[in-house]
Amino acid sequence: MPMPAEHILHRLADIVGPEHVSVATVDRITHSFDATQRQCLPDVVIHPGGTEEISRIVRLANEERIPILPRGAGSGFTGGSLPVRGGIVLVLTRMNRILEIDTDNLIAVVEPGVVTGRLQREVERLGLFYPPDPASKDFSTLGGNIAECAGGPRCVKYGVTRDYVLGLTVVTPTGNVIRTGGRTMKNVVGYDLTRLFVGSEGTLGIVTQIILRLLPKPEARKTMLVAFAAIDGAAQAVSAIIRGRIIPATLEFMDGAAIDCVRRATDLDLPPDCRAVLIIEVDGDRALLDGQARKILDIIRPLGVLETRVAETAGESEAIWQVRRSVSPSLRALNPHKFNEDIVVPRSRVPEMIRALEALSTRYWVPIVNFGHAGDGNIHVNVMVDLNQPGMDATVHQVLDEIFRTVVGLGGSVSGEHGIGTAKAPYIGMELDPPTLAAMRAVKQALDPNNIMNPGKIFPENGTTAAAGEADPAADPSASDHG
Amino acid sequence: MAEGKPLEQFQDEIAQCVRCGACQAHCPVYLETGREGSVARGKIVLAAAVLAGEAGLDERLHEEIGLCLLCGSCVAKCPNKVPTDAIVAALRRRIVEEQGLSPLGKGVAALTGSKPLLASLVKGADLLAPVLFKKIPATSGLRLRFAPTALKGRSLPPLPERTLFARVPEFLEGDPARPTVGIFAGCALTYLYPQVGEILVRLPHRLGCSVYLPRTQGCCGMPALSSGNGPLVHTLAAANNKAFADRDFDCILTACASCRGMLAGYAAETGRPLPAQLVDIHVFLHQQGMAAQLAALPKWPQRLTVTYHDPCHLRTAGITREPRELLRALPQADFVEMEDAGLCCGLGGTFTAAHPELSRAIGDRKLAGLAASGATVIASACPGCILQLQDIIDRAGLPVRAVHTLELLQQALTESEP
Repeated sequence: MPMPAEHILHRLADIVGPEHVSVATVDRITHSFDATQRQCLPDVVIHPGGTEEISRIVRLANEERIPILPRGAGSGFTGGSLPVRGGIVLVLTRMNRILEIDTDNLIAVVEPGVVTGRLQREVERLGLFYPPDPASKDFSTLGGNIAECAGGPRCVKYGVTRDYVLGLTVVTPTGNVIRTGGRTMKNVVGYDLTRLFVGSEGTLGIVTQIILRLLPKPEARKTMLVAFAAIDGAAQAVSAIIRGRIIPATLEFMDGAAIDCVRRATDLDLPPDCRAVLIIEVDGDRALLDGQARKILDIIRPLGVLETRVAETAGESEAIWQVRRSVSPSLRALNPHKFNEDIVVPRSRVPEMIRALEALSTRYWVPIVNFGHAGDGNIHVNVMVDLNQPGMDATVHQVLDEIFRTVVGLGGSVSGEHGIGTAKAPYIGMELDPPTLAAMRAVKQALDPNNIMNPGKIFPENGTTAAAGEADPAADPSASDHG
Repeated sequence: MAEGKPLEQFQDEIAQCVRCGACQAHCPVYLETGREGSVARGKIVLAAAVLAGEAGLDERLHEEIGLCLLCGSCVAKCPNKVPTDAIVAALRRRIVEEQGLSPLGKGVAALTGSKPLLASLVKGADLLAPVLFKKIPATSGLRLRFAPTALKGRSLPPLPERTLFARVPEFLEGDPARPTVGIFAGCALTYLYPQVGEILVRLPHRLGCSVYLPRTQGCCGMPALSSGNGPLVHTLAAANNKAFADRDFDCILTACASCRGMLAGYAAETGRPLPAQLVDIHVFLHQQGMAAQLAALPKWPQRLTVTYHDPCHLRTAGITREPRELLRALPQADFVEMEDAGLCCGLGGTFTAAHPELSRAIGDRKLAGLAASGATVIASACPGCILQLQDIIDRAGLPVRAVHTLELLQQALTESEP
């Protein structure tokens, strides 16, 4: 995409003010990347101030066939905010107002640039609760969370971002402003466009206002760490707890490789023969928590439990979570390059998935570290390699290919919460059959006839997919090194 | 390296940034601007682009690289501990090397080039002229921070007539069985708040220590580092090393968080660590049992409500507990924690002079937490923070006084209850 003509830049400056439009190299560089570590330069960077401005910009971009995409914190893992075809990056951080917190109807109305953690702090002050908690919540924006349908540890009990979005204001790719859903839980008027836009990765429009559902804040929570002798016991424990009719607020697990990494990095106080850990948190009325915790421990005791630790204070709870948080930063000691996949399988299939991952690790001689949200079957699979080793690039792709095939075979999905973007586009055909993909493309075509809205995402370029045995170099995940 | 580590040698550190964006949650400047160029990740990508020849050292780059407080908050919270502050300092040196000092940095560079440094430092210290600028040596960072343009409309403490060096002797002999400590006072505690500097000298002596305040010490070099003046950083580091070289110290004490941060960086920045271990005065007093000593004093019937602001350069060094425990033990005060105690005040070396409005906007973020705490006194462990805090407090019309923690300790030990 060449730099837009002078008269177009003038019109853009007229719409948002010249101080909010830049074609400077420095600004193009600082908006050329996300957490995938790939870089693609945009031509123009704009910081719009409101829906009306965005509508006029998008209308102009559509008339002039200029690619355009929204950007929040730029912290995505799959390339959703990469301007792969240049054009305009619309940075929504100026639109960061919490417009309303309605304590009677339990809703919040926010702009897309509000950082998720900030909304959580604000509503919790009022005794309310916004549950989705992606690891990036302290810096990722609600607009970005909606674009990717972000999840997090609490989803096992509370669901994901889509379960909390009641309504949206969206600028469509032709510049129209539409309103989906509303301020009520019940609403069956017309198609559920709200759900269509949640998780659409910025390819169908730009969300400019969001109506979110809130819950009362749980009175208390209780955190437990359970050490297992083997990964099988931990995986079975996940199913056993759910079968016991208890849904913990979080049910996180770490495998032996993850424990080894943490041991190397910190003084981890765990039994030496511990090969898996579950971190279980229950929340709700204070009076009920002790009983719930006891019931969980009774259920899992026969499954090879070496040790259980129940936090009695906020400090002890924090110490348990610190163990989980220290996994990610400690991985680099293993190998310099990390391929972080967020696969998800039905939770009863977690033990099978883990066994398959262990087998792949052994067969290909590559460390695979697994941890994450076992409670909802969402496992963060980290294939740790040194790409400087000859042939490693091919090996890692073979491993990833096998992992995804296994996932799909178990009835799972290649991405639970990171999205497809460019990084996973080659694999989408493994999971979605041609008629399903065609239906999705038809939606895209109907809303974005000129393909200007975040082009080059989700759908494999040139119709090639890994299922067809060809890799798309433009969407090569080897270029990424997820944090 | 004579001029500080060049940008080229930061390749590995730059590659350590995985661009996760976690720095966005902790950068005081980004929280205000919301612009990617303000935050560590954006600056690291720019540093990489400069090294790759993809970005020139143009006006926009100067602006973005100028938007850093060097507070180190991003480094402390980075999963890979990428030293963005050092990378920004290297970028600034690169800009200065290729294009000369900014108008802000120029005054100091011109003044230090001609005269022997030590002579000018000592001479400057002896000046007792009533005007701030005549009293502060040309090499002092205060000149950079509080250039007349930056002082417009700012609340400043009344200027003391006598500097720290005129208030205390160079050496105070203590109990030979007790530690011998050196004092690095820094510009602010020498010239602007000498009464606090005096407590820094006299309190360890009161505990039996022998205390030495070398007259030949100068500015720590933080403002010079901030303005990209590599040679001046080295000159100052050499002078300060020499000032403390001729005696054996158990430790060197500081009561200015920024100076401490800078001095602690001498080894990495210049290859010349100070000759003795650097210890923050709060940590030292805590080790000496001061908290217990204070707690044993009878509580005053009428007590102040005191809160604490974490200076970035102590917080990022992990020093947050000791100042609080000392404050909690005070007989004349009730300590309350304030929300956002760890948020930067926005002063940031020469940042406040270059970006006065942004500096204040960052500082104003402290106000809500301060007001809600109900405190009438906010203590901190850095004179820069105190100056900035009093300024934002006064402009907001809050009835709160900003003081150094040491002033409250001194009050507890020397004044009786009213």
